[in-house]
Amino acid sequence: MIAEKTTTAQLIIDKISSSAGKVDFIDNDKLSKALLYLENKGIPTNKHEDYKYCNLDGIFKKEFKNIDQKLNAVSDINKFKLNNSVTIVIVNGNYSETLSDKLILKGLHLNAFSNLDKEGKQLVGSIANIESDAFIALNTAFSGNGFHLKIQENEQFQIPIHILYVSSSNSEAIVNPRNIIELGKNAEATIIEEQVVIGEGKVFTNFLSEKFVGENAKLTSYTFQNEGKNGYSVNTNQVTIARYGKYDNTTITLSGSLVRNNHNVVLAAQNCEAHLNGLFSAKSNQLVDNHTLMDHQMPNCESNELYKGIVNDKSVGVFNGKIYVRKDAQKTNAYQSSKNILLSDDATINTKPQLEIYADDVKCSHGTSTGKIDEAAVFYLNARGIGRESAKKLLLHAFAQEVINKIEVDELKEKVLHLFENEL
Amino acid sequence: MITIKNLHASIGDKEILKGINLEIKAGEVHAIMGPNGSGKSTLSSVLAGREDYEVTQGEVIFNGKDLLELSPEDRAREGLFLAFQYPVEIPGVSNINFLKTAVNEIRAYKGQEEMPAKDFLALVKEKQKLVELDGKLANRSVNEGFSGGEKKRNEIFQMAMLNPKLAILDETDSGLDIDALRIVATGVNALKNKENAFVVITHYQRLLDYIVPDFVHILYKGKIVKSGGKELALELEAKGYDEIKKEFETESV
Repeated sequence: MIAEKTTTAQLIIDKISSSAGKVDFIDNDKLSKALLYLENKGIPTNKHEDYKYCNLDGIFKKEFKNIDQKLNAVSDINKFKLNNSVTIVIVNGNYSETLSDKLILKGLHLNAFSNLDKEGKQLVGSIANIESDAFIALNTAFSGNGFHLKIQENEQFQIPIHILYVSSSNSEAIVNPRNIIELGKNAEATIIEEQVVIGEGKVFTNFLSEKFVGENAKLTSYTFQNEGKNGYSVNTNQVTIARYGKYDNTTITLSGSLVRNNHNVVLAAQNCEAHLNGLFSAKSNQLVDNHTLMDHQMPNCESNELYKGIVNDKSVGVFNGKIYVRKDAQKTNAYQSSKNILLSDDATINTKPQLEIYADDVKCSHGTSTGKIDEAAVFYLNARGIGRESAKKLLLHAFAQEVINKIEVDELKEKVLHLFENEL
Repeated sequence: MITIKNLHASIGDKEILKGINLEIKAGEVHAIMGPNGSGKSTLSSVLAGREDYEVTQGEVIFNGKDLLELSPEDRAREGLFLAFQYPVEIPGVSNINFLKTAVNEIRAYKGQEEMPAKDFLALVKEKQKLVELDGKLANRSVNEGFSGGEKKRNEIFQMAMLNPKLAILDETDSGLDIDALRIVATGVNALKNKENAFVVITHYQRLLDYIVPDFVHILYKGKIVKSGGKELALELEAKGYDEIKKEFETESV
């Protein structure tokens, strides 16, 4: 790996430090470590293996020359609300008590980072390694006032928790939302994390979430990304699963000029299970880059990944799926599949499975396919009186359905279906 | 209904249709027979509008319109139906949703409103019976995992749903057992009336026992070399294609 020294990181630090809030929920050791890492390693260019197709240094240089951090207040989020869910609202990276629902649900604890007790503070940065990635370091140094959401032991929530990240600027800004989601033993919850950018200016969102799935707990999570052309984001999810725990995530990306997802899951104990599903639909000059890591550390765990992408115009889609099976992780089952459709000759898909297996009794497989829309099927539909556009829609809908059907929250599923069809 | 005049078509540099002339009127059933490679499937593909073929000469007038100028979907909307020799599997698209889209796009083309869901479902039920198609198949993905016979019956089911003016059955009998053959033929016969017409493309006389043609044409090396009544099919069955090949060998080289 090449450690390239660049001034982009320094420029960002200079531009955002003056207006950044006090990050007193992260200890000084970590803060200085983060700044040091940024200064030494900088923002990755495409020479960095993990950012080969996603030159963030270039993006900052080109699209964020005039960061002024003039962020807009947000007072109305009603149109984003889902009917049957609890809403937590984060504005420009900071937890908004006024816009969020009052949580008086038994067994559910929500604390803004500014109110964290000692125990809570210890969790911040406990699994996201500052020295593993520049964006973890950047978020650590300038984290917004995020929140710690805890589902107590044995509590099983039926109502989805909708976490809405709204950002707004009229010029150029960087926001650093951050959270901790913790499920105690035997707890169950469904969370929907949705990102939107409103306002006239470009916002770079550097999101970081640390998720702890306790013993025999089940976290079903949805990531819904529809930021529009002003949205640029790097989203890091660092997940750790305890014995018999289960983590499911479905990430739907429908818009955003740049969307980079780093989804890192550590199967840290025996008999746990993780599923990552993704669907993206990109057009114009969009770049959607999904990087996943399934780190099998212990025996008898199972992981499954299904990512599907549709790229049109000059857009670029990336899927890089790394599976580690460590030497103790015998009887691992790990599967991965990436399927893509190219709708134009100028669109690109880069897909790379990366399997590193150090145990000898495992079942691992991966598959990838990239192709154009099936012209034989289009002709068959045409021959029945269905026009080319409708035929294409039917086929793309069919392609996407396998992932959309993973969404178990009906309201979200309908919303996604509707928006997906509009985007085609 | 349809007039084909001096139709020539090629794929790449290879000319396959070398001047087809055919006139089909409402109420008629025409059979087109011929050995492998004679151009039977090319003719059906060209009429349906498959882009792989290039029409180099000739014209096709379908109900007063220049068929070759129309897109494949507009041909279908004008009432042309091709029952595919190899129906395409479309995973993820349900048969019902597919047919609903087709029915309503054809209606929209004609300036009609969408068919009410209730009427549509009643129509599905009625036409399914006609081809003895299991109700479950209607809810499955288009042709996915269907047996050969089920695929062919599904073609006839779609035909029944869309009620075309001219239906071309491209080797619908290939790969069918005798029961499936009977079901397909019963479906076709039930749909036959004075306003529509059928072109049955086949290798064998067998299907013509069930769907009795008014005219039989023999296609050989891209041309119709002989036409006659239904007895021509029987003659062909008795003599085999070798006879035809011998007879026309010199002319068509």
